[in-house]
Amino acid sequence: MTEVFGIPVAVILGQLTLGLVNGSFYAMLSLGLAVIFGLMGVVNFAHGAFYALGAFAALLGLQHLGVNYWAALLLAPLAVGLVGILVERLLLRRLYGFDPLYGLLMTFGLALVIEGSLHQFFGASGQSYPVPHALSGTINLGFMILPIYRAWVIVVSIAVCFSTWFIIERTRLGATLRAAKENGPLLQAFGVNVPLLAVATYGGGVALAALAGVLSAPVILVTSEMGTSLVIVVFAVVVIGGMGSILGSIVSGLSLGVVEGFTKVLYPEASNIVVFVIMALVLILRPAGLFGKE
Amino acid sequence: MTLKTWAMGLVAAMTALASAPSALAATSDVVIGDIDDLSGNYADVAGAGAVETMKMAIADFGGTVLGRKIVTLVTDHQNKPDIGASKFREWADQNGVNVLLGGSNTGVSIAMAKVAAAKKIPFFAIGAGGASLTNEDCTAYTVHYVYDTTALANGTATTIVRNGGKTWFYLTADYAFGTQLQNAASSVVEAHGGKTLGAVRVPLGASDFSSFLLQAQGSHAQVLGLANAGGDFSNSLKAANEFGITAKMRPAALLAFITNIDSLGLQTAQGLVLTTGWYWDLNPETRAFGKRYFEKMKKEPTMDQAGYYSATMTYLKAVKAAGTTDSEKVMAELKKTKINDMFTKNGYIRRDGVMIHDMYVMQVKSPQESKYPWDYYKVLKVMPGEEAFGPITGACPLAPK
Repeated sequence: MTEVFGIPVAVILGQLTLGLVNGSFYAMLSLGLAVIFGLMGVVNFAHGAFYALGAFAALLGLQHLGVNYWAALLLAPLAVGLVGILVERLLLRRLYGFDPLYGLLMTFGLALVIEGSLHQFFGASGQSYPVPHALSGTINLGFMILPIYRAWVIVVSIAVCFSTWFIIERTRLGATLRAAKENGPLLQAFGVNVPLLAVATYGGGVALAALAGVLSAPVILVTSEMGTSLVIVVFAVVVIGGMGSILGSIVSGLSLGVVEGFTKVLYPEASNIVVFVIMALVLILRPAGLFGKE
Repeated sequence: MTLKTWAMGLVAAMTALASAPSALAATSDVVIGDIDDLSGNYADVAGAGAVETMKMAIADFGGTVLGRKIVTLVTDHQNKPDIGASKFREWADQNGVNVLLGGSNTGVSIAMAKVAAAKKIPFFAIGAGGASLTNEDCTAYTVHYVYDTTALANGTATTIVRNGGKTWFYLTADYAFGTQLQNAASSVVEAHGGKTLGAVRVPLGASDFSSFLLQAQGSHAQVLGLANAGGDFSNSLKAANEFGITAKMRPAALLAFITNIDSLGLQTAQGLVLTTGWYWDLNPETRAFGKRYFEKMKKEPTMDQAGYYSATMTYLKAVKAAGTTDSEKVMAELKKTKINDMFTKNGYIRRDGVMIHDMYVMQVKSPQESKYPWDYYKVLKVMPGEEAFGPITGACPLAPK
């Protein structure tokens, strides 16, 4: 078998693929964070909790309302997005005039409340969400056996990431959103409903987290803590990509998934810290992040 | 500003904030402490359910011993050894704790055992698995109650290796418990003519196991040894199923609890071989206890939760028999009395601190074989305590060979 640096090529390709799957989740989650931060200046620490809520919405929908996976892909983000809208209207809105730290603390507290409640009602050991029938089974890629569902995750994530990027960077709506961040009062003077934009942005960002939650439900056990460990990595991804940069979060999400995948082969013990080591290096060498402008 | 904001946020998220207030006990009370994972990965294995069974035992005992009121202290160690140890020390210094029941996590339990030795307070390690608790980390005050890594390996690994599973690859949780479990299993496998083809050490609480499983598959071993626990165990078995690895490698659960099987579902878990110290559906007595617990908690108890009941009862009986809460006298009483209850028949605490009792090698039923809720296991073998826990190793200075 051909080898590079003593590792068989098949292993490298396998880890590359799996890294892309994990990177897809990082990209989708960091994208939502970057949208919320880039357009609203809010550091949304409740992102991991909304991700878990998305997975729970899918699970409960399936168990109690007969909502299947395909419907859940649409309905769960909608439902959780509505929760996000309520949070923005009732809580976050009151903190806009203050230091961003207040928003951060509020969302952090909110995350503890949401995760604590899920833990209280559903326990710690988690529940299984079945892989939808049409996506079960595996495909043989030659170098590895890949479950079809994981391939689906990559496809959906890339589609969602790039359409979000397109909407924000290339459309009139996106231009308006960016203008609202740049100078809200002026835009409002032109007759644009800026508060509505803020609520839509937060709802949209939260819905992205919930969508990632639905996507991951068949892959890992649905638990109250599923977002806790993930969100810290995702924050690091956002910092590496350049805070608030949409493209930065997509690219660094995918590539850090791959880097982490290789670490799992070369030195598995370090696989949960490699992202933070890279974050430290980026902060030293390029404090604004890889794609950030400052 | 923004950078500072993010950095502070990261620090805030990494610092979990939780600390249960502890009641101040009167000096005349008999104080039973419980330090366990109440909010993390292992919270369903013992956790709130174990607090419940501890209280059931106290109520069944009558609520008093030697005319003194029995009170409890409960706190969450958050899987951090320093928190477990400092809380125990605080209870010993300020709250007059008479006995400590320890929940999940070997790392925390080792730290708490050191405090038990320093403060001379009996310590029942219930949820922790690491056999070092009664070997190199043993103390005169430690009782290892429900199971240990040696018994798990003797049960699961012996059964599989005897049935032709000769070559093993391990997925090992990267902390004290995982390493001990892997070492115990591999020495059993090798003693029966099997071979270890490799192992990968996985950080605790990893969100994805597929990369590690791919490495396991690349080893071409016959058996996938899962030397992990809780959510890590469930997620690794789930991914192994998804990647079709369980069709080629036989999965061996070196530690699985009934709650894990319940969350995975029989479709995923069927056929799995595991070892347990207790199961609710063994005999009329276990079923009666299961029923009482079910009425309160809406699920069947794990072996740890049943163990909490039994350990609390055993301690209180020893205090009553000794006529004092004096640690030396209670320990002497504990080590000379047979334990007979819903948990074990003729169990006894050996001089190195292991509670010797029967262990059960189980196979998870298929969905067709399961006839009623929580009907998950069939008994492959009842292992007598001496066989399960093995002879005294001599590693504990208090118990030479």
